[in-house]
Amino acid sequence: MSDDLVLEMRNIRKEFPGVVANDGVSFDVRRGEVHALLGENGAGKSTLMNILYGLYRPDGGEIRLAGKSVSFSSAREAIQSGIGMVHQHFMLVPVMTVAENVVLGSEPRSGVLLDERVAEKRVADMAKTFRFAVDPGARIEDITVGQQQRVEIMKALYRNADILILDEPTAVLTPQEASDLFEILRTLQREGLSIIFISHKLNEVLEIADRITVLRRGKTIETVPSKGATEASLARAMVGRDVLLRVDKEPAQPTDVLLEVRDLHVRDDRGIEKVRGVSFDVRAGEIVGIAGVDGNGQTELIDALAGLQKIESGTVKIAGHALTHASARAALDAGIGHIPEDRQRRGLVLEFSIAENIALHDYANPPDAKWGWLFPKRMVQRARTLILEFDVRGGGPFTRAGGLSGGNQQKLVAAREIARDPSVLIAAQPTRGLDVGAIEYLHRRLVAERDEGRAILLVSLELEEILSLSDRILVIYEGQIVGEHTGDITEEEIGLEMLGGRETAAA
Amino acid sequence: MTDPGPSASPEQAAAAGTLAARIALKQRAGGILVPVVTVVFALVMSGIVLAATQHSVHTALVAFQEIFDGAGLNWIFHPTTNLIDISAYNLSQTLLQTTTLILTGLSVAFAFRCGMFNIGGQGQYFVGLVVANWLGVDFAGMNPFAHILLCIVAGTLAAAAWAGIAGVLKATVGAHEVISTIMLNWIAFWVASWLFGAGGPLQNSTQPTVPVSNQVSSSARLPDFWGAQGFQGVHVGLFIALAAVVVFWVLLNRTTLGYEVRAVGFNPDAAAYGGINVKKNLVRAMAISGAFAGLAGALDMLGGTTNYQFGQLDIPFSQVGFIGIAVALLGRNTALGTLFGALLFGSLLYGSFHGLGSSAVIQPELAGNLTYIIQGLIVLFIGADVLILYVWNSRKKLRRPPANPAQPAKATAA
Repeated sequence: MSDDLVLEMRNIRKEFPGVVANDGVSFDVRRGEVHALLGENGAGKSTLMNILYGLYRPDGGEIRLAGKSVSFSSAREAIQSGIGMVHQHFMLVPVMTVAENVVLGSEPRSGVLLDERVAEKRVADMAKTFRFAVDPGARIEDITVGQQQRVEIMKALYRNADILILDEPTAVLTPQEASDLFEILRTLQREGLSIIFISHKLNEVLEIADRITVLRRGKTIETVPSKGATEASLARAMVGRDVLLRVDKEPAQPTDVLLEVRDLHVRDDRGIEKVRGVSFDVRAGEIVGIAGVDGNGQTELIDALAGLQKIESGTVKIAGHALTHASARAALDAGIGHIPEDRQRRGLVLEFSIAENIALHDYANPPDAKWGWLFPKRMVQRARTLILEFDVRGGGPFTRAGGLSGGNQQKLVAAREIARDPSVLIAAQPTRGLDVGAIEYLHRRLVAERDEGRAILLVSLELEEILSLSDRILVIYEGQIVGEHTGDITEEEIGLEMLGGRETAAA
Repeated sequence: MTDPGPSASPEQAAAAGTLAARIALKQRAGGILVPVVTVVFALVMSGIVLAATQHSVHTALVAFQEIFDGAGLNWIFHPTTNLIDISAYNLSQTLLQTTTLILTGLSVAFAFRCGMFNIGGQGQYFVGLVVANWLGVDFAGMNPFAHILLCIVAGTLAAAAWAGIAGVLKATVGAHEVISTIMLNWIAFWVASWLFGAGGPLQNSTQPTVPVSNQVSSSARLPDFWGAQGFQGVHVGLFIALAAVVVFWVLLNRTTLGYEVRAVGFNPDAAAYGGINVKKNLVRAMAISGAFAGLAGALDMLGGTTNYQFGQLDIPFSQVGFIGIAVALLGRNTALGTLFGALLFGSLLYGSFHGLGSSAVIQPELAGNLTYIIQGLIVLFIGADVLILYVWNSRKKLRRPPANPAQPAKATAA
């Protein structure tokens, strides 16, 4: 690898009303290197990349591509200059084929029509060169998330990108898919592509990156070679203090069964049976983790337990009381606390104040209300107490929840759910998209609530989180529990089960 | 971590799924400034239209003066309680118009706050009119207080039930309220036309050839609090409308019902997760929305002087339900905002028709259309307040670059 700089960003500054998102950030990328951009949420990684991709205009600073100063006023110009970006949320047309999606916007034509054959051939060639293992004729909706991501990468390559930006690419992948992705990235690297890898996961950054730039609060903290860096040193640079990366916990002391699920069947909104005969118990004082690839029935399982989705058949008992065909209200009253997987879509009314959000379950009960009459002052008072107890920062009781950072929004949700003193606490993706500091806080809190004697059901797509928090692990695959583990087990073993490996092995 | 991320607003935009929710969101973004700028823009634009068509800036200014005087707003320069005074009389007519618009505005605003776009205010208003007329005629000779109460309550409840149909359709089969309320408007319109039309059950019994309703019996008429012999006075319905503004605010901000309505309006998913019955709220909010419009209809029917009638001729020309949409949007779906919006549109409606209609400077045959142009421009600019916000924001953006001019300049040079 040479010191041949393909990209330099110098003293980039970008302000939004009330926030300096990038404050003199400098960053450069060499030809053929994987350069990781590491930082907490709100550190300014996305802003910096959106500037590079022409989506934002910087308020100050300079961007140089291969030594030449450039300024983009649209993503189109950035693409023409050889920059490609794979967003966290894919921008693919589900009903179209892989090839059609790849060429979309710069299609080979015969007359006015798309030349399907040429398109497929070109995409097939590309897939072969870079070993993408994707069928160009397959429809997007029929392929896996990992393959969809490769289609996004191919889209960028098809437009002759030589700098590829990947925004949190592993967030949606299983461990196996992630290592496949890393294989592909190394191939691209050998072909001379430069890759900017945005992440807040320390272990992957160390695995894939050549150099790592850490951002904190809109400023560049350091750029270091990944050789010699450690998770602890990177975490310290990200957060600005020492961080406890492992969860400290005593062995569980499980007692009574608080959540009992028997032969549960649940259909999703489209009528497809997503939970197919699930049975398990969660006892007071233990954390049971459910591991699985996204879309294997976790969402429907949680929704059924929380009374948000109809139970097709089977029983759910909370502290001994049956909860069949329940409503959300009935589940809440029976003692379910629920940190939902999507805090912005479901966990919070973003336009409501913190106080109003705290009251979301109990707005109609004393002390918040009596006979249909609200007592806003009491709501505010309760919010004040919880804001202090759960260390929600960024505002007071009257602050709009939408104005809080992701971590504080999640603390707000956790505060509300835990303050109701639930016997069963469902935590779905409790740390998704959060930074190291907030993750540390929530993990400690979950363990503390376990020790308080609650039954905790943890559902997460982050295997590492499941492994470090759970006292018992259930693996869900296509709506069924395919494995249960209490002792030591590696990520790889569980990962195999998550993909239905046991079934395949038995067949 | 404590920084409020700049990404907050796109996230909200994504969360706000429905048309109504999106509009409500954009409305919240601009504070009180945007509605004021909207009105000023619209007035300036209409001034330009006036000046251009009349080839005279002076005429345009005179026309504005005439609208102002026509609405009786010049009353504040020499206030008098004597209704025979021209400015006092004009003001009283403006207040009558405002009374109706406050209520139809609140109707639209309430549905908006629950994330629904009620375009059915007009039909709900008709239902209130018809029911109040029927009971007001048929129960002649009742105790006046009881009779008025009966007519108002029945008219309001009937309109609530009428709007509730759209709510039930949305909650059960997912029919969009914009479509169903428009269809309900036409049903209400034709039913009312038939009821009051020749041979219809509610047609005036003494004039079998004229398509008008019977007059409401004197026991059901709302008393005037400001009036003069032989003139149409201002009836106590104005106070009922003002009370409705207070009820609207209290209902939304001080009751659990209002909490549910707002939660569903902002984010139905989160509301359901919170244990709120979303479907029940859609139906209930639509019914309450309809109740406000129905109350407007009932008050219009019961309040008024001896020659105040609603016949087939009046119904096709009534637009108060639709103007209520503009009132609510201009008032940002708040109680106080709707009150001011209603006052503005009330003044404009009466003032432009009346002031320009008898104008000495503008040809009478043009005056009526100019009125529509001015009203249209205001509605247009309200619809475009997103645009105004955009212009406002980009003006701020334009101002910023000079703070850092040196670096980009150097960059291009290099």
